[in-house]
Amino acid sequence: MLALLIAALLAGGLLAWMAGRVKPLYARLVSLASLAAAAALWAVTFALNISSLGKGQFISGFKAAWIPQIGVNIHFAADGLSMAFVALTIVLGVVAVFSSWSEIEERTGFFHFNLMWVLAGVAGVFLSFDMFLFYFFWEMMLIPMYFLIAVWGHEKKTYASIKFFIFTQASGLLMLMSILALFYFHGRATGNFTFDYFTLLADKAKPYFGAGTAFIVMLGFFTAFAVKLPAFPFHSWLPDAHTEAPTAGSIVLAGLLLKTGGYGLIRFVLPFFPDASARFAPVALALGVAGVLYGAVLAFAQQDLKRLIADTSISHMGFVLIGIYALNPVALNGAFIEMIAHGISTGMLFFIAGTLAGRVGTRDMSRMSKAANGLPLWSVMPRLGSVGIIFALASMGLPGTGNFVGEFLALLGAFASSPVIAITGSLGLIAATAYSLRMIRKAFFEGSKPTEPAGVRITDFNAREAAVSAVMILAIVWLGVYPQPVINTAGPVLARLIPTSASAAPGRQAGYIPGGGAVQPCHNFTKCSLKTTPSGFAAVFGKGTKWAPGN
Amino acid sequence: MGARELIALLPIILISVSAVLAMLATAFIKSESAPAYVSAIGFVIAFISLFVAYPELPRAVTPLLIMDYFSYFYIGLIILAGLAVSLLAYPDFKKRGVRQGEFHVLLLLSVAGSATLAASAHFASFLLGLEILSVSLYAMIAYDRPDIKGLEAGTKYLVLASVSAAFLFFGMAMVYAGVGTMDLAGIAVNGIGGSISALAGIAMILVGIGFKLALVPFHMWTPDVYEGAPSPVTAFVASASKGAVFALVLRYFTQAGIHDTGALAYVLLAVSIASMFIGNLLALLQENLKRLLAYSSIAHLGYLLLLIAAGGRGAFIAGGYYLAAYFAAIIGAFGIISALSTGRKEPRMLDDIRGLAWESPWLAGFLSAMLLSLAGIPLTAGFIAKFYIISLGISKAMWWPVIMLIINSVIGLAYYLRVIAAVYERPQKELFNAMQTGAEAGKISLISGGVLAVLSVITVILGIYPPLLLKIIERTL
Repeated sequence: MLALLIAALLAGGLLAWMAGRVKPLYARLVSLASLAAAAALWAVTFALNISSLGKGQFISGFKAAWIPQIGVNIHFAADGLSMAFVALTIVLGVVAVFSSWSEIEERTGFFHFNLMWVLAGVAGVFLSFDMFLFYFFWEMMLIPMYFLIAVWGHEKKTYASIKFFIFTQASGLLMLMSILALFYFHGRATGNFTFDYFTLLADKAKPYFGAGTAFIVMLGFFTAFAVKLPAFPFHSWLPDAHTEAPTAGSIVLAGLLLKTGGYGLIRFVLPFFPDASARFAPVALALGVAGVLYGAVLAFAQQDLKRLIADTSISHMGFVLIGIYALNPVALNGAFIEMIAHGISTGMLFFIAGTLAGRVGTRDMSRMSKAANGLPLWSVMPRLGSVGIIFALASMGLPGTGNFVGEFLALLGAFASSPVIAITGSLGLIAATAYSLRMIRKAFFEGSKPTEPAGVRITDFNAREAAVSAVMILAIVWLGVYPQPVINTAGPVLARLIPTSASAAPGRQAGYIPGGGAVQPCHNFTKCSLKTTPSGFAAVFGKGTKWAPGN
Repeated sequence: MGARELIALLPIILISVSAVLAMLATAFIKSESAPAYVSAIGFVIAFISLFVAYPELPRAVTPLLIMDYFSYFYIGLIILAGLAVSLLAYPDFKKRGVRQGEFHVLLLLSVAGSATLAASAHFASFLLGLEILSVSLYAMIAYDRPDIKGLEAGTKYLVLASVSAAFLFFGMAMVYAGVGTMDLAGIAVNGIGGSISALAGIAMILVGIGFKLALVPFHMWTPDVYEGAPSPVTAFVASASKGAVFALVLRYFTQAGIHDTGALAYVLLAVSIASMFIGNLLALLQENLKRLLAYSSIAHLGYLLLLIAAGGRGAFIAGGYYLAAYFAAIIGAFGIISALSTGRKEPRMLDDIRGLAWESPWLAGFLSAMLLSLAGIPLTAGFIAKFYIISLGISKAMWWPVIMLIINSVIGLAYYLRVIAAVYERPQKELFNAMQTGAEAGKISLISGGVLAVLSVITVILGIYPPLLLKIIERTL
């Protein structure tokens, strides 16, 4: 099933390329069809395994020998975490196809080939449970992404695409070193040379390398994921790549490629290196806070709408980093929800920015109203404007949207580990309000001096764009109001992936959570975690955690 | 020498016979194409003979040559490289109005020399193979005589190759003086027993080999020769002529356990890392395609030398895979330059291929595959090859050299991507067609197009399903 899902996307890409030679429309339809096939496969897999997913178990997938000489298998599997991210991949894939509907007129077939192959690569990253295969997909998705930026990008596309590729490739090679170190150390210690994720993880009990080595190996993984996330100070490729990419490229970059970084941290770094992660956590938390604030400051100073959204991504991914390295389930759930919500909200913001820029002919917010003859854009395109406002508000973490849930949980969990980090990090929420409101005002409500009557009539969202927006609005609000189903899918997995040794989780020491209540230390995280309490929002705070008001 | 030895020697014999036949064809048949047919068919038959003679392995053919799976693997690679070069040269020379005949004779001879090198077990055959190869190459590099650059390149190669050969000869003499044998395996296994003269000899042999492989600091000739020679010849210089020497070095240095010798291993490491850095950094500054590839090939040999410094069983696997991937990619890359050339002009600068993808999407696709393979990106053979090198380095706990290799991979990526980005750039009217790329209206000959397609397919297949080649390489251990 899972292998078929990836195959559907790969085959869809090839077919779209061929179909695009006949007629551009066919390429779009073929892409949609392959995404639909992938969605169907996802749904069937999910429905068949719903009970085991709820328990945080793995769906055994496809396994076959690939390079037996070095113990490499093609091994696809999934748990709730993977399934959630794959769902996001498919959904944003559809948005990306729609966003390019009227934007990409040239070489449409090749465009859709690249788009589908990026999606396949991303899905492969989420579903691979062989370290070599994981790395293979990790690197494979770069090539089509590179082409998306380099061929269909904007003015500085060559610079941006090469920068993107080099940053990710360099960090990827460091990860390859770490993967190989894991492979050889494990092989020497156990005699079993394998890249299999489960074997490597299971044998962690008999530690196959010392604490110092583990720390260095962990850093290799961390660098790769931190560049992709991106964490401050590895973020400098992001604004360029996001700004120069075509709309669909920006959506995939912001919505999915960044998530592979967070996914990698959760899936590999935390479980493989619990102690090293705990030792490293203060640094990572500091980087997270730095990213939150720095991204927000950058965003506040931007005139270029796409660049602004890209900078907000840096800020949001800072929250993800904080959520992950707070090392407790509450924060980790926050990071996870934040990633999903950010994928939807920022993906949609890029969708809107791309449509807007396509219609008014500029990404510079102060010049946008010129195209509407000086009128504020809001008055010309109310539908686009209101959708834009909704997602801008989501991006600033308005309660009722998924982003709020994510950021709130991440900070809540972080407070238990380090109040300083949580307090400084929450400044980012204020900054987010500032830049989001500024963006809304500048892009939609600010007029300018009337110029010559614009020759082009500006059109509002058409039915297709409005439909996409409506679905995505529902999704983000659903995540904000009732995130429990999503948490239930991934929560048990997250609880399991959290470091388990006592010293490894500062968040488990008694801490404080907002409201002045002291929290009982929670020693048994299978109980404290969320999987046992599927009912309602309160479950997020953990069942084993007692509130002690008025203490 | 009995019949069995002769059978084991069949590939080399067949190539030598083809060389004679090609010479006769040049002399007695009016048709320009006849020698080209002879060489192509000769290569195919020689390649098939590898499988015919396969059961006779391994076998020492006289004390001079050792025919085993290892030799056969590299001879096979060299023959395929020869075949590809011959097929690329035919339309190239036809287009440029250059005589076919002598070139194919020289090509067959140089392949025979390379094959001898790869199978040599003795200083005498080492020398013999090297000289057959070098002498043919002098003429091949300067083959396009009206081209002043070609003449310059040929002369440069003649002088430097002679100097390097002189170093080699003198080194061999000193080793012989020290240990009293010219048997390579014997020297490798027994060592030089502290003989100062032999040690000095080995150092001189290293200098000679360094010239041949274009390793820093003996790399100066590479860009000029690569640029001056006709593109198919450059493809051969970059692939087979280096591959043959590398096969020899890999076999005997690894057998001698040079990676455990301390000082010598450090020398190799230093040369390897210097080659990576200097090759890649100079390539980064290049706008000239052939010079860019020339510098990049210096870096690639640097990566390969790292294997020898690491040693062990893994070095054979990684070396074989890397060389196969490198052969396909570098021959393909020069093949594309050759396919794009028209008349006396060839696309020299990066600007000349700007926007190629919009005119000739297939060629652009092939070129991307080749360059991505050279850069070591997944889905291409180069990735698996680089993976094996890094894997070997880590298994030997050579952290710093591996980190150097990674830094260099990234530098390498930067200039390969620059070329790919140029290829996919949308053509600007005023900039484009500064020269005719010859890509329009199907001017690319079917033969070179076919060769490039096959090389791309090989590159991708070896990148997706490595066991195909790994199984063969594992036989050579």
